[in-house]
Amino acid sequence: MQAIRIATASRGAASAATNGHQVPLTRREFLKGTGILLGTLVIGTPIAALAPSRAWALELKALDTATGDALLKFGRVLYPHPNLPDAVYALLVKDLDAMAAADPKLAGQLRDGVAGLDRATGGAFAKAKPAAQLAAVKAIEGKPFFATVRGKCVTALYDNEMTWTAFGYPGESFSKGGYIRRGFQDLKWLPDPPEGASPPPFLG
Amino acid sequence: MAKIAFDDDSAVVIIGSGAGGGTLANELCQKGIKVVVLEAGATQSVASFINDEWKSFSQLAWLDARTTSGNWRIAKDFPGLPAWICKTVGGTTTHWAGASLRLQEHEFKVRTHYGAIKGANLMDWPLTLKDMEPWYDKAEDKMGVTRTHGIPGLPGNNNFKVMHAGATKLGYKEVHTGRMAINSKPRDGRGSCQQIGFCFQGCKSGAKWSTLYTELPKAEATGNLDLRPESHVTRIEHNAAGKVSGVVYVDKAGQEQRQKARIVCVAGNSIETPRLLLMSASDKFRDGLANSSDQVGRNYMRHMTGSVYAAFKEPVHMFRGTTMAGIVGDEARNNPKRGFVGGYEMETLSLGVPFMAAFLNPGGWGEEFAWWMEHYSQLAGMWLVGEDMPRESNRVTLNAKVKDKYGNPVPNVHFDDHANDIAMRSHAYTQGERIYKAAGAIRTFRTPPYPSTHNLGTCRMGTSAADSVCNAYGQTHDIPNLFISDGSQFTTGGAENPTLTIVALAIRQADHIATLMNQRAL
Ligand SMILES: Cc1cc2nc3c(=O)[nH]c(=O)nc-3n(C[C@H](O)[C@H](O)[C@H](O)COP(=O)(O)OP(=O)(O)OC[C@H]3O[C@@H](n4cnc5c(N)ncnc54)[C@H](O)[C@@H]3O)c2cc1C
Ligand code: SF4
Repeated sequence: MQAIRIATASRGAASAATNGHQVPLTRREFLKGTGILLGTLVIGTPIAALAPSRAWALELKALDTATGDALLKFGRVLYPHPNLPDAVYALLVKDLDAMAAADPKLAGQLRDGVAGLDRATGGAFAKAKPAAQLAAVKAIEGKPFFATVRGKCVTALYDNEMTWTAFGYPGESFSKGGYIRRGFQDLKWLPDPPEGASPPPFLG
Repeated sequence: MAKIAFDDDSAVVIIGSGAGGGTLANELCQKGIKVVVLEAGATQSVASFINDEWKSFSQLAWLDARTTSGNWRIAKDFPGLPAWICKTVGGTTTHWAGASLRLQEHEFKVRTHYGAIKGANLMDWPLTLKDMEPWYDKAEDKMGVTRTHGIPGLPGNNNFKVMHAGATKLGYKEVHTGRMAINSKPRDGRGSCQQIGFCFQGCKSGAKWSTLYTELPKAEATGNLDLRPESHVTRIEHNAAGKVSGVVYVDKAGQEQRQKARIVCVAGNSIETPRLLLMSASDKFRDGLANSSDQVGRNYMRHMTGSVYAAFKEPVHMFRGTTMAGIVGDEARNNPKRGFVGGYEMETLSLGVPFMAAFLNPGGWGEEFAWWMEHYSQLAGMWLVGEDMPRESNRVTLNAKVKDKYGNPVPNVHFDDHANDIAMRSHAYTQGERIYKAAGAIRTFRTPPYPSTHNLGTCRMGTSAADSVCNAYGQTHDIPNLFISDGSQFTTGGAENPTLTIVALAIRQADHIATLMNQRAL
């Protein structure tokens, strides 16, 4: 499982500067060759409750903002979950960016891939209509760029606490004593099997 | 713990500490025989096991390079991961779900019962169910298998409730929480199942049998065991007389060591075991050790498998409690009227969100995939496991083009589904879907096979050196002091999960080795 490793940022640059581990936004934008993705979690959702702050920022090491943004949208086309915030898809960009930082060839593949998606949608893939985005993605299914991004989605999008919370998967259970006293047989909408098939639990 | 010198040639050397190797080690040590166990993996414990699918996978799985070929879908979906097995002290018994079923009488005699089948290398076992019964008894007692020896069954979880409701509606009769090597109440110094739900990640309560915390510590307590973790065997050596004399391995520090042996038993699971025999080829044994039959590495079986997941309107929370929480046994019989020989079991199965994303439909994407993931808490799941056909061409070979970190050729696993496997899978999918529809499913999904968890048959046992690698005791026909001690021995696979049979064979083999040693025959 991946914890929410996207840095959280406060809204304004000034308060971000006082945040300790945060670099002020203004300075960050001058860092050469980097990009930044920003977003806000909707208040009152279980996912927002997980995060120390509603606003989040992802600083990119190898990719620029436009490429990062396009990859985020690519992730949304591949695995469209309206209920998951951009913060989840930003984890995909974060992982791809880390791969790109370690491997210039892969960075090239991602940049060229995004350029191809932009061309296919007649401008900016990230801003294109959903149908056009889907058509552009379908057209490259199975290509190396597609495989890189889709492969990364499997862990980036589904191995993190925000997604688990949204889908009702609590993860670790040992520290809570397992489910023997926490509903492992609480399903009520079907009849209980007879004792011969399913004997009562041993509760010590 | 014993300390056995490298040049001490009086001990039995066992390669691998899983179901076969770990059990054999304990059985021999209890009889006063000195044993060295060489295990490639490191030592974990109930404390160090992790309730997290990917982290646990990195901690326990065998991740050394392997390659694949053939028309099985694994070669496309997971080309570098033909098998999902472990490299750790305790082997795959750390990972396993615990289902512990005996093979059926006819499954020891399939050539007789099924006749000749084109493209299948069917052969009767040199053993019958009757021969095996006393050993099955001992194995069930050792492992604490529920619904045997007066041990109560486990309580069924929500996933089982769904299976039970649907299956009984369809008229299935053998539907219960299975025979599991998981304590339903405290036994043998271990506690009872806490329904943690991470059986595949190492049982943190120790309720599930694993050689890691049963056989191996018991063996150590005798003072006869020298267990060496992080010791990767690369070669088995022999003397001029053609008997094995010791093994070469790379230790924790990366140093090559040579351990002399009176007897060598190979229990590295059915890919590494034949690979090691093939890698140990010499001037005397040019095709590899114990391979005069040319059957080493052949007849690789992995069971007909597949899964059905179903979505319901209401929550299920299948991840709560034992991963394999119940079974339908009615389809396990041989009934060729269904369009195939052999049978299959249906067993509940649950994956967490991370593994569901990887395995539900490998390579899948788009709205339908997303729909399934979003309905995670409303899903129920079952695994289908049945007898697959042994084929000479389904085999483990050495891939000289790809080398592991020691510079040795990696194993290539070639597998083509037999028409019988495909017909059985299709029947099993249909029945699985019918069960869930009977329980009210709104949608069902046919998940393709996972990387192989049951790896069998690559050093099959038989009566003749012409067509088999070892005899009914796992002793190789060609080299009397070389034994096969894992699922590689299986002549054919049966429908049942294999571990109980592996353990029963190991207990039987230990008895035989002790007898031969007493007679100074070895
Ligand atoms: C997820 C999962 C669920 C399962 N559920 C069930 C179930 O419910 N019921 C059932 O019956 N079976 C189940 N199985 C299968 C079961 O785990 C295996 O059948 C069993 O563990 C095989 O025993 P083994 O001794 O052959 O090999 P393993 O238990 O795999 O042990 C082999 C050991 O040998 C070591 N080794 C290999 N090569 C070398 C070498 N060259 N040098 C040193 N050491 C080496 C390995 O590191 C490993 O520790 C499951 C498996 C998996 C993966
Ligand atoms: S469900 Fe039972 S057997 Fe499985 S991990 Fe939990 S305690 Fe162990």
